[in-house]
Amino acid sequence: MLYTILCYNQEEVVGAWTKEEDDACMVRLKAVQDDLVKQGKLGPVARLLPTTAATTLRKGSDDPIVIDGPFAETKEQLLGFYMVDVASLDEALDIARDLAVANPGVGSYEIRPVQLFFPNGNT
Amino acid sequence: MTDIAWIDAALSSARPQAVAALLRYFRDLDTAEEAFQDACLRALKNWPKNGPPRDPTAWLIFVGRNAAIDRVRKTSRQTELPSDEAISDLDDVEAGMAERLDNSDYRDDVLRLLFVCCHPDLPATQQIALALRIVSGLSVAQIARAFLVSEAAMEQRITRAKGRIAKANVPFEAPGPIERSQRLASVAAMVYLVFNEGYSASGGEQPARAPLCAEAIRLARLLLRLFQAEPEIMGLLALMLLQHARREARFDADGEIVLLEDQDRTRWNRKMIAEGLALVDKALRHRRPGPYQVQAAIAALHARAARAEDTDWQEIDILYATLEVMQPSPVVTLNRSVAVSKTRGAQAALDMVEPLAAKLGNYFNFHGVRGAYLLRLGRQAEAREAFDRAIALANSAAEAAHIRQHLDRLMKDNAAAEKPAAAKK
Repeated sequence: MLYTILCYNQEEVVGAWTKEEDDACMVRLKAVQDDLVKQGKLGPVARLLPTTAATTLRKGSDDPIVIDGPFAETKEQLLGFYMVDVASLDEALDIARDLAVANPGVGSYEIRPVQLFFPNGNT
Repeated sequence: MTDIAWIDAALSSARPQAVAALLRYFRDLDTAEEAFQDACLRALKNWPKNGPPRDPTAWLIFVGRNAAIDRVRKTSRQTELPSDEAISDLDDVEAGMAERLDNSDYRDDVLRLLFVCCHPDLPATQQIALALRIVSGLSVAQIARAFLVSEAAMEQRITRAKGRIAKANVPFEAPGPIERSQRLASVAAMVYLVFNEGYSASGGEQPARAPLCAEAIRLARLLLRLFQAEPEIMGLLALMLLQHARREARFDADGEIVLLEDQDRTRWNRKMIAEGLALVDKALRHRRPGPYQVQAAIAALHARAARAEDTDWQEIDILYATLEVMQPSPVVTLNRSVAVSKTRGAQAALDMVEPLAAKLGNYFNFHGVRGAYLLRLGRQAEAREAFDRAIALANSAAEAAHIRQHLDRLMKDNAAAEKPAAAKK
């Protein structure tokens, strides 16, 4: 069975860490990841940039609305994710629009840039 | 989860919003600050025991407000303070409070707090000091260190600034849309001043002043979280991230300035660049250009070039031309001339800067840039004169040393006479 483990925390607090604190935390996490890699259990790992860099595409009309900022609705739940490698935000938004056409109705896509990406764990 | 480091970070990240809301209640900076201090002390006692509240900011505002009211009661009637156990029991009250304090309240509160700090009656240095003290919560000692003045002098500067604000008429009603955008513009300018205090520091001063850059970035992020659809705030944050990303490469081991084109680009901070580029993309979608966005776009072109020679100078020239229209200034033209020197040659660049002499005659960098163009045109005696002038006007040892590098090169070229162009490294 595949599981995703989604990480939640207060970004202002994590963002206020000093470089030393951040590095120390990454070292501790890497130790856990290294173990999982050895066991063949770890898939992709990503760290996202702050929500201030996010853009949201809201479905529900023929021409979905683009909103600055992260997804903020609490009535809806996270149901899945894509990772795309594109040249610009506009290209990512175009992909999200195609997805909205293929899966119309309500809902949103939050487009958030990735800070760090490790296809097979942090190794 | 509730270790002291976490609580510390939570308190400092809640500070701008909490102090801003308390300022709205009490309409007095000192009372608001004291109330926040009280709330922090109680949080340090309470949170390790009871776990952190769901909304730390709302908790701090609620507890801070009560503490300040209690203090007034206590001094007037010697009434007892409620026990800390009672405070830990306010979970329900706090939830209601959090609901009432929606984003729009926070927005105007924080904007007001920052706006108070950039009151036009205050000189720039006092604005920055006040914002760092009140909004960011840096200690007087930390701020004094960053400004290279004594603690007593800084204490006096902040007290004087607070005195002026107390006398000025600060409006407490919610601002209208035009007023809000004017406030946002002055606040953005103040945040960029904070950044530049850190960024313009020379090599030796860097360790003490670089935290100002990080603080300005934090303030811009706070503004952007509150005003999510403002392209100029996106531009401001992007500009600062893209400039700060070069921090490790801007000075050599001796603390001397390394020119952009000579910097080791592998030492640029990729994370900050990624965030800056994403923000530039976000801002451009709005098709409402402004000076911060244009400057961020210029910084983005540098960040995108893997090697100095890959830089798109043509595009940078166009962007500077746009900036000259938006924000005409001889310094902008001086900067543009660098792009012109790359695309149209040193003579075109020199022609562009010569008319600036009247306005920039006392600016070291004007003579430095002019000297570099003269040198490239083989007008060595004039170049030397320009460099000497630049050194005489330099504000710091690092600036002077940077110009001296040009002079050294000139001397070497002279020594190697009869061998023109070949001397460059």
